[in-house]
Amino acid sequence: MTFEPADRVDSVPPSGIRRFFELAEEMDDIISLGVGEPDFSAPWAAREAAIASLERGQTSYTANRGKRELRERIADYEAAAHNLQYDPDEEILVTAGASEGLDLAFRALLNPGDSIAIAQPCYVSYVPGATFAGIDVVDVPTRAADEFKLTREVLESSGAAEADALVYCYPNNPTGATMTAEEMADVAAFCRENDLLVFADEIYADLTYEHDHTSIATLPGMRERTVVFNGFSKAFAMTGFRLGYAMAPPEAIEAMNRIHQYSMLSAPTTAQHAAIEALDNCRDEVTEMAAQYDRRRKYVLTRFEEMGLDCFPASGAFYAFPECPWDDAGEFAESLLQEKRVAVVPGTAFGEGGSGHLRVSYATGLDDLKEAMARIESFLN
Amino acid sequence: MSSRREILDLLRENARYTTEDIARLTDYSESEVAEIIDEFEDAGIIRGYQAVVDWNAVESDEERVRATVELNVTLDRETSYDDISDRIAKFPEVTSLRLVSGDYDFDLEVEGDSMREVSHFISDKIAPIPEITQTVTHYIMESYKEQGMEFDDHDDDDRLSVSP
Repeated sequence: MTFEPADRVDSVPPSGIRRFFELAEEMDDIISLGVGEPDFSAPWAAREAAIASLERGQTSYTANRGKRELRERIADYEAAAHNLQYDPDEEILVTAGASEGLDLAFRALLNPGDSIAIAQPCYVSYVPGATFAGIDVVDVPTRAADEFKLTREVLESSGAAEADALVYCYPNNPTGATMTAEEMADVAAFCRENDLLVFADEIYADLTYEHDHTSIATLPGMRERTVVFNGFSKAFAMTGFRLGYAMAPPEAIEAMNRIHQYSMLSAPTTAQHAAIEALDNCRDEVTEMAAQYDRRRKYVLTRFEEMGLDCFPASGAFYAFPECPWDDAGEFAESLLQEKRVAVVPGTAFGEGGSGHLRVSYATGLDDLKEAMARIESFLN
Repeated sequence: MSSRREILDLLRENARYTTEDIARLTDYSESEVAEIIDEFEDAGIIRGYQAVVDWNAVESDEERVRATVELNVTLDRETSYDDISDRIAKFPEVTSLRLVSGDYDFDLEVEGDSMREVSHFISDKIAPIPEITQTVTHYIMESYKEQGMEFDDHDDDDRLSVSP
């Protein structure tokens, strides 16, 4: 008997981002616009609360669903910030990052052989997560012409109507696209008409710059068929704390918790203490970080325009998604890295829907961002 | 939509941003940015631009000594806080002067080339002002943060260079 990867693992290729990571890691002095996490550290008050909890010796497991004080605060926060009403006892599950929540939903709410429509390009874990759960994937490629929004038209033409569920992320990683309330209402209508469950990844909900985020679960007839995922990684700059949460009707949370209680037991305790403080006292930092991202977004979009690089006006998260001037975005990104020491990620790393584009993260200090833009400009010339 | 205030925030963040940079960071054009900054300067809203210097990092024998001084004063019918502050603020050694609440009246910051120079300045120029009843001088021994900037170097970016 030797170790061989199981079939379900074998069927999933290694992450397309890995190759770039390895290339970039070998180089010194690169400016990376390839990072999918904030450049800010977590707010000091949250870090300090984590330290204080350790000093008090609060290092045990918590309730499977997460500390009640945290779930209460999440409920209050989501009500105030996104107009979402969830009961902290029965409808909220604290997870180790939003990614764990998505994995739980795939496994707990769909059966092997069911199918899930995935809006593409998308975060790297959706397709593997579905595959590990034995779920068939229906690609829903969003289009550059639609600014990478999900539309009824692409849902219909991709065969999403036959799927059992739909998963998407807006504001979007990797494109920076957002959806208005009206656009979201079209998607909601499609899901109701075709009886789709919705897994709404709203991890970037607080990072929108042109209009407020609309959660699909606030739209008529949607709450009962939607699981909303959010967490502390992006808006609160707490990626390494690994803390997210899922919100859904009691029967969905109960099913997800059934797996969570055996596989994870409970989300990291120290992180939960930090998160309580983050929700109580770090909202101003979130607002300030969002203001910084917005300035950098304007800067990047203006610079792309100045250098003649086509880019739709990305309005959320911290990504711009310009068209690649070369046919092969992978080759472009590799040359840019080798010659100018600037890392960007080719759109194909996020699925075929991303081909011909580059993901440029502006979660980088302005000095580096300015220098990186100057280098890209000289590379293009 | 950007506000004029945002330009102020940006200059507070980094006074060396060019008008071109600021235009790219906001919804204003470059000429609008220049105009707004001019207006801020004319209105006395922006009073100047200075570098934030960590003197400990300056490799030189030249020492900069700084002290904060608590001042207590006594007022009468003819003399107001403003009259006293005028007299004190004129000295080039004084880098800041504020009226504060609490146990003392003025909070003064003084800078000089040596402790001796600063001490003499306090005893020769400040203490003799008739309205001043008491001075308490605190020499600054170490500076950890000035004008919003931390002086440690622990902010290395430890993120993976590429991540999803």
